[in-house]
Amino acid sequence: MKRFISTLLLMIMLASVLLTTAACKRQEDQGAVYYLNFKPEQDGDWQALADKYTQETGVEVVVLTAAANTYETTLKSEMAKRDAPTLFQVNGPVGLASWKDYCYDLKDTAIYKNLQSDDFALIEGDSVYGIAYAIETYGIIYNRSLLNRYFTMDGAVAQSIEDIDGFDSLKALVEDIQARKDELGIDGAFTSSGMDSSSDWRFKTHLANMPLYYEFESSGTSDYSSVRGDYLDNYRAIWDLYINNATCDPTEISGKTGDDASAEFKNARAVFYQNGTWAYGDISDVGDENLGMLPIYIGAPNEEQQGLCTGSENYWCVNKNANQEDIDATLDFLEWVITSDEGRSSMANDMAFVTPFETFTEEYQADNPLIRAANEYIAAGKTSVKWMFPTMPSEEWKNALGSALTAYAAGTGSWDDVRTAFVDGWASEYEKANANR
Amino acid sequence: MEKAMRKYSPVFVLPTALAFAIGFAVPFALGIYLSMCRFTTVTDASFVGITNFAQIIGDATFTHSLWYTALFTAVSVIVINVAAFAIALALSGTLRGTTFFRTVFFMPNLIGGLVLGYIWQMILNTVFFSLLGSMMNLNEWLGFWGLVIVVAWQQIGYMMIIYIAGLQNVPEELLEAARIDGASRWQTLWRIKLPMVMPSITICSFLTLTNSFKLFDQNLALTAGEPANRSALLALDIYQTFYGRVGWEGVGQAKAVVFCALVVTVALLQLRFTRRKEVQR
Repeated sequence: MKRFISTLLLMIMLASVLLTTAACKRQEDQGAVYYLNFKPEQDGDWQALADKYTQETGVEVVVLTAAANTYETTLKSEMAKRDAPTLFQVNGPVGLASWKDYCYDLKDTAIYKNLQSDDFALIEGDSVYGIAYAIETYGIIYNRSLLNRYFTMDGAVAQSIEDIDGFDSLKALVEDIQARKDELGIDGAFTSSGMDSSSDWRFKTHLANMPLYYEFESSGTSDYSSVRGDYLDNYRAIWDLYINNATCDPTEISGKTGDDASAEFKNARAVFYQNGTWAYGDISDVGDENLGMLPIYIGAPNEEQQGLCTGSENYWCVNKNANQEDIDATLDFLEWVITSDEGRSSMANDMAFVTPFETFTEEYQADNPLIRAANEYIAAGKTSVKWMFPTMPSEEWKNALGSALTAYAAGTGSWDDVRTAFVDGWASEYEKANANR
Repeated sequence: MEKAMRKYSPVFVLPTALAFAIGFAVPFALGIYLSMCRFTTVTDASFVGITNFAQIIGDATFTHSLWYTALFTAVSVIVINVAAFAIALALSGTLRGTTFFRTVFFMPNLIGGLVLGYIWQMILNTVFFSLLGSMMNLNEWLGFWGLVIVVAWQQIGYMMIIYIAGLQNVPEELLEAARIDGASRWQTLWRIKLPMVMPSITICSFLTLTNSFKLFDQNLALTAGEPANRSALLALDIYQTFYGRVGWEGVGQAKAVVFCALVVTVALLQLRFTRRKEVQR
């Protein structure tokens, strides 16, 4: 009996050792790709593309998508594992600061050689650390059929969308639509400006880009250690316009979510909705012919020349701590994605990305009404607003700004608190974030 | 037999020892080491000494969440234990349907923290908004009472079960003797039942104290620290420090070490205090 038990124990121990080693053993010879994807909207498309690549080449490609708002946390824990992601993303210079030691130099790779311009790469010194793969645009999305109904009304302040070329005309239009919301059969001019974490980035990050852009543009600086807040009054004006002419009372926005806003827009309960080209899938029910996008006018100088906000916060980085075989497999996979028919078609048509690669010829241009609107503004010679938010010093800065905006809307805080969070918060967060680099 | 036991004891201890090492000892030691490091991922850290701890001192959100947590712990320990004991008293008598009510009171404990938090967030925000015109993420004190309500609702049932077990263990002869001596019900409660259930009080106050101090998921679901980190308990503050800024992982970890020391100290003090009051039978 004793002998039986000891044999049994020995076998269990052996089996567990074998099982763990077997689990850790992978195909070392041809390498494998492990992509930690940032955008939940495109998870299915990446999975399908990865399967196709594996069928074609036999190289294993694993795609994992972090849930919304958890990319950094997921990345931190995944990168600490032995089988760490070989391909991951950073959101720009500030994100790169934390991950630079993990980034493979992409100077000699196909994705860099096929890049249209160095503007789309994260370059420090001689090294290329990240390559942008999706150029996106945001602005004020509008429902054209509702607007047309308004334009035919008596005493309408505008006759067509072309009449809107600055903050004053936008404000007049929005306020008149809000006043006649019952006649139009809507709940408000703007969708709810939800400050739930699923929606607050539209205002604490994307809308905050407007005052930042104009300030940095007018001073021509590349020193992002402090801001003066020159355009904060404009920020206040547009924020007031959003919250006071919406489907809900300003005191209620702290609990409103991103789904609330997209549902309101989709069901034609509101005319305007600040969001970007990535939101097309959620609101396409409105009908392609009814979708358009306006620049976010805040009353800055020369804004009749202002276009939509175009840029990227999605940069591909390759993990330099991975095995050389895995790095090579990853670079091969990326080259295939931007050169093969399947890859280009998936990125352009399924994921609807506007890409910065030269390999995306005429037939591989993403096309939906929001992207078309963005292209029209560029074709008309308008100046695109650059994405400055990757220079924001920390998540903490955005969170504090979001809290201040919420409190201001609810009446429990003042605009001075927003100013403090914006200007003083920037300086102190910049200092804190750089103290530990 | 004894010889064989001695011979094979390492084999039997091994699985537990391994599990303890993997699940507790190693992460704990690693955590203390990381609190003195600068790192992005936990496997790749460089030693920087005590600078992380120095940065905690000047951190206003940490000080705020420290006393906010202390206050929250004090209030919820009292509320939960008083209510749980009262319900236990009521349900340990000969009332009809006690089993049914015990089950009902225990049930909230079976629902997970986050789900529960989000459901309560909707309920409480609607109530607060219609009564007071404000919500939990706009006012730190509404957030505070919201949290107290949720943890009380969740934990009272659990503590009640422990108190019922304690009350049922009070020897019948003592109660009978008290009755014969003409003690009132109030006197019986204070002089006999309470001293006899002191071990249950020790356990329940220990559990509620540590639970409240370490509370995280309900806090995240109810307010997520809004407005501006004013309603963040310590555990949430640590989380936000860790992920809020580039390069602040070490500071978050240092906070976690301080936090651990605090919880252990407070819990030990409480155990000593309530143990002293226990009577030996």
